Amino acid sequence: MLSNQEVAEELLGKFGDQVYDFEEPYGLLTLSTTREEIIPVLEFLKQHKTYQINFLTDITGVHYPDNTGKEFAVVYHLHSFIQNFRIRIKVFIAEADIHIPTMTGLYASANWMERETYDFYGILFDGHPNLVRILNIEEMDYFPMRKEYALEDATREDKIDALFGR
Amino acid sequence: MADIELLPHNVPVQSELPELIEELTTLNLGPTHPATHGIFQNILQMDGEKIVSGEQTIGYIHRAFEKIAERRPFYQITTLTDRMNYCSSPINNFGWHMTMEKFLQIEVPKRAQYIRVIMMELARISDHLICNSILGVDSGAFSGFLYVMQKREDIYEIYEEVCGARLTTNMGRIGGMERDLSSTALRKIREFIKTFPPVLREFEKLMSRNRIFMDRVINVGPISLERALSYGFTGPNLRAAGLDYDVRVMEPYSSYEDFDFSIPVGQSGDTFDRYNVRMEEMWQSLKIVEQALENLPEGPYYADTPEYYLPPKKEVYSNMEALIYHFKIVMGEIDAPIGEVYHAVEGGNGELGFYLISDGGRAPYRLHFRRPSFIYYQAFPEMCKGSTLSDAILTMSSLNVIAGELDA
Repeated sequence: MLSNQEVAEELLGKFGDQVYDFEEPYGLLTLSTTREEIIPVLEFLKQHKTYQINFLTDITGVHYPDNTGKEFAVVYHLHSFIQNFRIRIKVFIAEADIHIPTMTGLYASANWMERETYDFYGILFDGHPNLVRILNIEEMDYFPMRKEYALEDATREDKIDALFGR
Repeated sequence: MADIELLPHNVPVQSELPELIEELTTLNLGPTHPATHGIFQNILQMDGEKIVSGEQTIGYIHRAFEKIAERRPFYQITTLTDRMNYCSSPINNFGWHMTMEKFLQIEVPKRAQYIRVIMMELARISDHLICNSILGVDSGAFSGFLYVMQKREDIYEIYEEVCGARLTTNMGRIGGMERDLSSTALRKIREFIKTFPPVLREFEKLMSRNRIFMDRVINVGPISLERALSYGFTGPNLRAAGLDYDVRVMEPYSSYEDFDFSIPVGQSGDTFDRYNVRMEEMWQSLKIVEQALENLPEGPYYADTPEYYLPPKKEVYSNMEALIYHFKIVMGEIDAPIGEVYHAVEGGNGELGFYLISDGGRAPYRLHFRRPSFIYYQAFPEMCKGSTLSDAILTMSSLNVIAGELDA
């Protein structure tokens, strides 16, 4: 059984201060890295002889509008079937420079996951073979999961968040 | 008659034949095609009868569940989940409840866990039953489908008895079940356990070693294990390719570690293997239901979590605290803790994951559903490349792509 500590130390030894913000929410090793290092980190975990973290469970985006300079996060969930070990890796990027390298070279499944993330958040995956909208209509000119698009009609005054919850 | 010129009979009439042009045919399969069972489009490039390439268009029933969830109290998100994989909605419901329970660190009583296992395995049976019998229909064997449909109806009647609904079940609550199994529900489950095996055996007899069916499905739409992993396959489709990954065994939830069952695996990842894996999984699910029913523990069927579990109506009228909690839950005034959690369950089609980020508000800050169909359906063009159209239909059918789960 692989421990979070072991993997974290191995990653720190290999990538130094390029991997940071280690956490363990509900026992799942979570860390952040930069977009320059994300492919090397994932490749390292995939090629590692004992870890074999070679299954991409999920890619998704998160929008933090108040987090200036790091407005968007791309979250990767990876899994090793051999060790039964999960890891979550986050990359924060700025809205002004919303680019991140694609993972399609490492995992075929990243194709649609990245298209979905682009579709909802407008995050541009550099090198993606076909970065177009997937679930929404092609004519759409905004990215609907961003926080500035409120779900409720913004002109309504009878529904106050303080009283009725978000 | 002198000006009629007679040609000598040995002169060829036309020596130049028009040059043969190689042209691909574009075939629109869908969006509403009776053989695709759901609303999605495939634009296929055909060379005669063979598929050269395919381009998929999805999103026809996209309902923005992830966005809607960002404004809903946690208990109201359950109704979104059962509209994803509507062939096995209880699994989705409980998957979400278990995510919340993991997030809030609620310990659910054993009895509720066992009831959930029973319902989830019945849901798995109905999911696989549909997939395999429709695979028969798509390959031209209609009668098997009619044999087993009655049994799905029986499962839906059990749902009805447990939660009041048939398709979009909204079963269970955060913290347990909304009510205990009634005596009618227990009787119906026992009856199902008794009457289902003969029907499934009959279906198996009709299909599994049927020469015509085997010729139609063996080596159709195969995928190697390496490609399947790269494409993010999980569930029966991955197991058919030869890897025994099952969330129920790898990361047991809801007391799955108490039950004795085995995980069937295939070898070649073709349509026949997917069919066989699902067939065997139904037997295994039945085994789990039998064990759970036999060892069903006594005790409460919900955890003591007043902030999330609606109090019994009788107490709301007589107990001040119950009234307060009732009001707070219904109005969505419960603030959740801050944190993030990922929880996965073994859905009908594979690993169904819920990634929840909470900022301490009354609704999730971000909720992402890892939907197995969405992730593996992108392998479809590669799987049907070079095959005939009729084989591609069978490949899609055996992948069990559910439009609701695909588009969320």
